[in-house]
Amino acid sequence: MNSAAADPLSPPRTSWFTLIMWALVIAVLSWSWQGAEIAPMKIVKDAGNMAELAADFFPPDFKNISYYLEEMLITLHIALWGTLFSIILSVPLGLMCAENMVPAWVYQPTRRLMDAARAINEMVFAMLFVVTVGLGPFAGVMALFIHTTGVLAKLYSEAVEAIDPGQVEGVRATGANKLEEIVYGVIPQVLPLWISFSLYRFESNVRSATVVGMVGAGGIGVILWESIRGFMFPQTCAVMLIIIVTVSLLDFGSQRIRKLFI
Amino acid sequence: MNKQVISVQQLNKHFANNHALKNVDLSVEQGEMVALLGPSGSGKSTLLRHLNGLVCGDKTLNDKPSNGYIEVLGVPVQKNGKFCNTVRASRCQTGYIFQQFNLVTRLSVLQNVLIGGLNSTPLWRSLTGRFTLAQKQQAMNALERVGLADFASQRVSNLSGGQQQRVAIARALMQQAKIILADEPIASLDPESSRIVMDILSDINKKEGIAVVVTLHQVDYAVRYCPRVVALKKGEVFFDGPSEQLDQSTLAALYGSKVTPTKSIETNQPVPRLWAQTA
Repeated sequence: MNSAAADPLSPPRTSWFTLIMWALVIAVLSWSWQGAEIAPMKIVKDAGNMAELAADFFPPDFKNISYYLEEMLITLHIALWGTLFSIILSVPLGLMCAENMVPAWVYQPTRRLMDAARAINEMVFAMLFVVTVGLGPFAGVMALFIHTTGVLAKLYSEAVEAIDPGQVEGVRATGANKLEEIVYGVIPQVLPLWISFSLYRFESNVRSATVVGMVGAGGIGVILWESIRGFMFPQTCAVMLIIIVTVSLLDFGSQRIRKLFI
Repeated sequence: MNKQVISVQQLNKHFANNHALKNVDLSVEQGEMVALLGPSGSGKSTLLRHLNGLVCGDKTLNDKPSNGYIEVLGVPVQKNGKFCNTVRASRCQTGYIFQQFNLVTRLSVLQNVLIGGLNSTPLWRSLTGRFTLAQKQQAMNALERVGLADFASQRVSNLSGGQQQRVAIARALMQQAKIILADEPIASLDPESSRIVMDILSDINKKEGIAVVVTLHQVDYAVRYCPRVVALKKGEVFFDGPSEQLDQSTLAALYGSKVTPTKSIETNQPVPRLWAQTA
């Protein structure tokens, strides 16, 4: 027996394995640096351009503020319904993704479907729905709905997989059926987490809803895109400020609500 | 003649290579209070879980159909290692008490008791939580019986272990169970709570005349509360008879030789005779 290796007081020895791992990490990082064409010198060199552009943004132009606020409200409407639809669908789908609830032939296909819904960004879905349901906020609602369902179903199912099976067994032992087991044994255990996940997704959906308009799916993103394309930077600045304030207020509010349920 | 309420025939169960239950036969009659004894891993909890259809027995034994069969209150629970389609009907009539209580901790005490009424509630009511006033009254009566009526609106997680176990008993009462299976109901409780829980179980057994099968670690509780003892050792029925017949040599053989007499439950209670012999 090599007792020196087990001595906790001896200095740690660097193994070949550790060295190789570090070399690998550094290799991947430098490869990606080239792939992403990162050029820090450009920032320094083009600093003048940036300063000029930034100067164009100020002072912000709030002449059309009532129009901006109206569109911001529509953005919130998009986020609200996109999230709500996905919550409704994620409850059954989340249960169908949990391996302690359903057999493998149910949760494997459901999980893959949710993977697909999650893998495609909202913007891509928005472009597709603009084609199918036409320009406007409803395309945005559908885009957020599909993508968020993929995310929420996964988060919901992870909460379900972490429950205490004893509580469900207690309900089962009374002769309750499978649905009653879920409503009385599973849902009470996961509800605080589900609410927290849903609120979090609502916050990020508000952020996403501000950009789906860029591809024509309604909301403040439409104004943002048009003002950037028209080089109307003071207006762009005003819109961005409105987005920042709204998102901050919502984050703050939903944090408060979340604390109530945990 | 007393009616047979539990009938177990040729029950076998393997967990991987561990033969947990070996050809167990058991019969319990109406109104009996039976203690299931045995060292850890002897299969007593496993047997109880089979009785309520929470676990299924072996399908085959030595490559032949196992012929294992369980019937509770005349309703088939499982046969040849498969649940019968009447398993839920059997669970409805069976109150099951768990060592870890298995209550839904985020629900209130009253809601947990009402869960016992789910099986007699139409689905549209149970899924929307619309229990009738009569059901709520019945649940309150059950809580009254276990002395917890004042706690009805509290969340279960705020209760002590002994109180939680009494809520679990109230849930079984709400079921209007015809038989109670209690799996180590007092193993996680302090002596005072243990006494209260066993007193309630014994009271239900005597007043309602329903059979109670209870697995226990402590021999003194078994002797004090249960007229009949069934002892399992390594998955086999080792002893089945009146608890007075459980003498020191049987216990030594059951638990191995290292058994030392435990203290009696209460100091003012006479020490059960079988311990007195060794004292």
